[in-house]
Amino acid sequence: MNARRSFFVLTALAFGFAFLYLPILSMVVFSFNASKLVTVWDAANSPTLKWYRALLDNEEILGAAWISLKVGVINACGAVILGTLAGFGLARFRRFRGRFTLSAMTTAPLVMPEVITGLSLLLLFVALEQAIGWPAGRGVTTMTIAHMTFSMAYVTVVVQSRLSSFDISLEEAAMDLGAPPVKVFFVITLPIIFPAILAGWLLAFTLSWDDLVISSFTSGPASSTLPMVVFSKVRLGVSPEINVLATLTITVVTTMIVGASLWMARLEKAASGAPET
Amino acid sequence: MGNPAGLVKAAPWKDPGVRPYVEIEHLTKSFGDFKAVDDVSLRIYKGEIFCLLGPSGCGKTTLLRMLGGFETPTSGRILIDGEDMTGVPPYERPVNMMFQSYALFPHMTVEQNVAFGLKQDRVPKVEIAERVAAMLALVKLDGLARRKPHQLSGGQRQRVALARALVKRPKLLLLDEPLGALDKKLREHTQFELISLQDQLGVTFVVVTHDQEEAMTLAGRIGVMNHGEIVQAGTPTEIYEFPTSRYVADFIGSVNIFEGKLVEDEPEYVRIRSDELGGTIYVSHGISAAPEATVWAAVRPEKIFMSTSAPASADNAAHGVVQDIAYLGDLSIYRVKLDSGKVVRVTRPNTTRHAESITWDQPVFLSWDATSPVVLTT
Amino acid sequence: MRAPAREGSATGLGKRLARVGVSGRGLVVALPYLWLVLFFVAPFVIVLKISFSDVDLAIPPYKPLLQWAANHTLDVRLNFNNYAFLFTDALYVDALLNSLKVALVSTGLCLLLGYPMAYGIARSAPRTRNLLLLLVMLPFWTSLLLRVYAWIGLLKANGVINNVLMSLGVIHEPLAMLYTPFAMYVGIVYSYLPFMILPLYANLEKMDWQLLEAAEDLGCRPWQAFYKITLPLSRNGILAGSMLVFIPAVGEYVIPALLGGPNALMIGRVLWDEFFANRAWPTASAVAILLLVLLVPFMMWYQNVQARESASEP
Ligand SMILES: Nc1ncnc2c1ncn2[C@@H]1O[C@H](COP(=O)(O)OP(=O)(O)OP(=O)(O)O)[C@@H](O)[C@H]1O
Ligand SMILES: [Mg+2]
Repeated sequence: MNARRSFFVLTALAFGFAFLYLPILSMVVFSFNASKLVTVWDAANSPTLKWYRALLDNEEILGAAWISLKVGVINACGAVILGTLAGFGLARFRRFRGRFTLSAMTTAPLVMPEVITGLSLLLLFVALEQAIGWPAGRGVTTMTIAHMTFSMAYVTVVVQSRLSSFDISLEEAAMDLGAPPVKVFFVITLPIIFPAILAGWLLAFTLSWDDLVISSFTSGPASSTLPMVVFSKVRLGVSPEINVLATLTITVVTTMIVGASLWMARLEKAASGAPET
Repeated sequence: MGNPAGLVKAAPWKDPGVRPYVEIEHLTKSFGDFKAVDDVSLRIYKGEIFCLLGPSGCGKTTLLRMLGGFETPTSGRILIDGEDMTGVPPYERPVNMMFQSYALFPHMTVEQNVAFGLKQDRVPKVEIAERVAAMLALVKLDGLARRKPHQLSGGQRQRVALARALVKRPKLLLLDEPLGALDKKLREHTQFELISLQDQLGVTFVVVTHDQEEAMTLAGRIGVMNHGEIVQAGTPTEIYEFPTSRYVADFIGSVNIFEGKLVEDEPEYVRIRSDELGGTIYVSHGISAAPEATVWAAVRPEKIFMSTSAPASADNAAHGVVQDIAYLGDLSIYRVKLDSGKVVRVTRPNTTRHAESITWDQPVFLSWDATSPVVLTT
Repeated sequence: MRAPAREGSATGLGKRLARVGVSGRGLVVALPYLWLVLFFVAPFVIVLKISFSDVDLAIPPYKPLLQWAANHTLDVRLNFNNYAFLFTDALYVDALLNSLKVALVSTGLCLLLGYPMAYGIARSAPRTRNLLLLLVMLPFWTSLLLRVYAWIGLLKANGVINNVLMSLGVIHEPLAMLYTPFAMYVGIVYSYLPFMILPLYANLEKMDWQLLEAAEDLGCRPWQAFYKITLPLSRNGILAGSMLVFIPAVGEYVIPALLGGPNALMIGRVLWDEFFANRAWPTASAVAILLLVLLVPFMMWYQNVQARESASEP
C-alpha cells in the first residue's frame, strides 16, 4: 500500500504539513524570545520566560479569558444537549414533519459566513429587547445563546454520523426485551454515542473559545472575550504576549486532543467488541 | 468427475517439442520474512485452463498478482510467449485479470466498463462498439448494456467482469476466484459457460480457486499449492488417482490413509503390513522405497467394497462395525469402525430406492482391488 | 414487541401527550427545532425587515418598519433605498465580486493542496492514517485568530521569512508580503485547508483501490487511472470540501482584516465596517441579505451533496 503513494503525493503531504505547522512552530519558538520585536531573535537573553510572566500579570487578558471560559463551558453543555437531540432525531427517525427543515437548519450554520450569523443574531436580540424586554442588554447571555446556535450544528453532525454507523438492532433488541424507549436511550444509545458526545462537547467549547466575529456582534460593553482582546491587540501590531498565549493554547489543545483520542480509541474498541484492524 | 475441456484436448505438457506459453521460473515473493510464494516453477501451455488450487492463505492470489504485474517478484522470473515480463507494468502486459471482487467501475455503465480497456488502447470507435456488442452477446448481457453495476445481480456482475477482461483478447486471462460470490447452482452452471467461452476464444486461462470440485470441473491441469509451493501439478485424473503426497491425497476428495511398513517390495507388487488396518495391503505395482520404510496407503472411499460376508482374500480386507450412515441422496457415506479402532469412510451409490440392507451397528467386511491403493512415501 | 401489560404505567405520560398531539419523537426534535427557528431562522426575518427600513440617529439606529398610523391602519414602509444604494456605490459591487474571486481562488488552491494530502492519508497504513488525520485536525482545534496572527510574524517586513531569506542572501530588500492579496490568500488557504481535507478524506477512504488496479490491468497508466477512476468517484468529496471552503470564505472578515491590509475589499469587511464604524444597520442588513441570496444556492447544493454522500454509504 505504501509503495503506491507516489513521490508527488508524498511531497504534497510533506509540504502540506510543513505549511500547517511551521507558523505554529514559529509562535512557540518566539514565545521564548526576549526581544520585544517578536520575530527578531535576541540570542543574548533568550530563551526566557519573561513574556509568560507578563501574560500572567495581564489583568485584561486574564479577565477576558475568564469570560471566554464561562461562555465556552455553558455553551458546550447547551450545544451538546440540543445537538444530541437533533442528531438523534435525524439519525433515528426516518421521516417526520420538518425533517428536511431541521436537517437544513443544522447544516446551514456550518457554512454560513460568520458576519451574517453575528449580525442577524444581534438584530434579533435588539428586537426582542424592544418587544419583550429580554434579553436586557447584551453580554454573556446573548453571546452564549449565539454560540450555542452555531456550535450545536457541529454537535449534530458528529452525533448523527456516529449514530448512523452503529447497529440499530441493538436498540431494537433492548426494546424487544421490554425496555421503554426513554430507558433504551439512556441505557443503550447514550453509552454508545458517548465518544461522539464528548467530541461534540470539546468541539463546541473550542468553537466558542475561538470565536471572534459572532462574539463581537453579540457581546456587550463589559464582556470582551479573549479573541476580542487578542484581535484588538493584534490590529495594533504583533505582541510577544500573544505568542505566549498561542503556545499555551497549543499545549493545552494538543494534550487534550491526544488524550481524548487515545481514550476514545479505547472506548470505541470496547464498544465495538472487536479489535481495530 | 467429468472434464469435457481437458479430455478432448491433446496434452502439450507431455510433448517436449511444444513451447510453453507461460513459463514461471523459480518465482518467490516474500513479505518481510514470510514467503507467500516459495520457489514456484510452472509451465502453462497455450489454450489451456490451468487451475491453482489450495487452502486459504497459501499464496494463490499472490502468484496470480505477480502474473498480472501487480506484485513484483522477490526473485525468479515470468516469461509470457517467450517475453520476459520482469519490470513490465500491468498496463503494458498482454494479460488481463478478472478480480475476486470484480472491481467494476461503479460510475460507468456495463457498456462503458467493457469498452474501457479498448478505449485505452485507442481502438477505433466503430470497432469498439462492434467488439463490445459481440462480447456482451457472448456473455448474454445484451439487454443490460446501459445499466450501472449496482443495478445488476451477482451473476450478471461476474459476467461483466469477464467480458471486460476478455474483450481485450489477452494472451492470458487471470481469474481470481471467478465464481466465489455466486451461489452453488449458479456456480455450477457458470463453470460450464466459462469452459465453452474459453473453448470458443482459445484464450489461456489461469484460474484461482479453493474449491476442489470447481478446479476439477474447469481445469485441464491443476496445480495444488500449499504454503507458497506447488506440491503437485497434473490433470484432475492424475491428481485424484495418483496423488504423490498425503497432502494432495487428503486435500483432493476424501481418502482413507493407512500407515504401514513395507514388507515385500518387488518390481510388480508391494505388500504393506498395517496395524491401523489390522492386516496387509497388497498393491499391484512396484514403488521405489527403502525396505522396512514407513509408507502410507491411500484408498478412496468409493473404491472400498462393503459386504456382510467375508472376502476371499486375506489381503486388502478388514472387519468392522458400521458406526454412522449419512444419506446424501445419490450416495451414502458409511463410517466403519475397524477392529483396530480406526474409522474408515466408505461411499456407496444408492442404485436402488429401497432401504439399505446394511444398517447401524452391523458388523461388515471391507475390501478393495489390488489396483486401488496408492502408496505414498511422503 | 413490548408486552401490552407494560404499556399502562411505563408510557402513561406518552399516551396523555399523544392525545394532545405530541409524540415522544416530536418532543425529542422539538427542542432543537424550536431553538433553531428562534435563533437561526427568525433573525434572518428581522435582518430582512431592517434592510428595508431607514437609517435613524436613534438607538437602535433604524426606523421601525411597521407603524400604527393615527387612523388605525397598518402603515408599512418598504424602502428599497438601501438596496438601490448598494448598487449605486461601486464599493459594494466591487467588494462582492472581489470576495467571490478571492473565495474561488482560495477554494482552488485548497483543492490543489488538499486533494493530494487527503489522497496520501487515505492510502497510508491504518496506523499512520489516524496519526496524519489527527495532525490535520489539530490546527483546526487551535484558535484561528492565533494562527492568522502567526502569519503576521512570518510575513512582516522584518518577519521570519524575510529575515531568513536575507540572511541566506536570496534577497537584499525585504519583500512586501504582509497586507497584500498574497498574504490574504495564504491566510485563507491555511485556515480552511482542514475543511477541504476532511470531507475529501472521508470520501477517498471509502474508495475501493482495487478499481485502480483493474484500470491499470485494462491499460491505464497510473495517472490515467487516477483521472478516469479516482477523480470522478471522489466528486462528492470535492464538492463538499469546496463548499465548506467557498461559502464561508466569501464572507470572511478576520483574515482580510489582519493580513489583507486596508485595500483588501471583502464583503464581510464592508458589512463589519458599515455596522461597527458607520452604525448603518440597515445598510449592513441589506449587504447581509444580498450575500445570503447569493450563497443560499451554494448551501442548498452542499446540503444535496451531503445527502447523496450519506445515501451512498453502505
Ligand atoms: N501485502 C501483503 N503483505 C504481507 N503479507 C501478505 C500480503 N499479501 C498477502 N500476504 C500474505 O501472503 C499469504 C498468501 O496470501 P494470498 O492472498 O496469496 O492467499 P490466497 O491463497 O489467495 O488465499 P485466499 O484463498 O484466502 O484468497 C497470506 O498469508 C497473506 O497473509
Ligand atoms: Mg485469494
